[in-house]
Amino acid sequence: MKRSNEPVFWVLFGAGGMLSALTGVALVFVTGIGVPLALLLSPELMSYPNMLAFAQHWFGKLVIFAVIALFLWHATLRILLLLHDFGIRAGPASALIGNGLALLCTLAAAYLLLALGF
Amino acid sequence: MSAQTDKRHPYLRPIRGWWKRDRYYIRYLAMEATSILIALYALILLFGLLRLGQGEAAFNGWLETLRSPPSVALHSLLLLVFAYHSYSWFKVMPKTLPAIYWRGAKLPQPVITRIGVSAAVIVNLLVIILFTGLQS
Repeated sequence: MKRSNEPVFWVLFGAGGMLSALTGVALVFVTGIGVPLALLLSPELMSYPNMLAFAQHWFGKLVIFAVIALFLWHATLRILLLLHDFGIRAGPASALIGNGLALLCTLAAAYLLLALGF
Repeated sequence: MSAQTDKRHPYLRPIRGWWKRDRYYIRYLAMEATSILIALYALILLFGLLRLGQGEAAFNGWLETLRSPPSVALHSLLLLVFAYHSYSWFKVMPKTLPAIYWRGAKLPQPVITRIGVSAAVIVNLLVIILFTGLQS
């Protein structure tokens, strides 16, 4: 029997869904409202030197990579389901485009993080 | 889609407007549609990472964009969408898990949802507290 590659996508979907359910509201508040409007948080928090130091630390890299990649894999699977529900059946073509884009963004995030150095 | 696309499934029932038939379907679609904005948020962060790598001027430009009213409006919407995602994620979770037994009885679905939503509230608050603590 041919092995299915679907479980991989479902694990990524689940991990991304859980991570965004637990931290999404806080992250959006910090990066999109708190820091830009200086609400509860100082704009200094996300200054260039601070963010560079964060992204150069191995733990910071891990956090940034996990958030970007897992959020995207989670969203991709649901967007494919959504397309299916509106009559664009998840054939090889739409799955290839969707998962391909998610993979491309994942590799881009990994490359950018590594390029920043340690 | 009623075109003949597959020999083994010669007839595809038209599905246009299916989601208007039942309020449950609309809630289901709202849950699925959160993914579009979650992807958008991930792309905003990915773009920030790209600008970070391009140096201080580029990154400050990204920060400047985040301060613009359209961006703040978008992030306010994102806040609601992520909150709804959180709620719907734990609302559906008991249906995706094998039965959990505790003290000899099956844990009821609403209890699992309440535990999940409480965990989400606590972890989100901890993340915000962590960030407010980092700056002092």
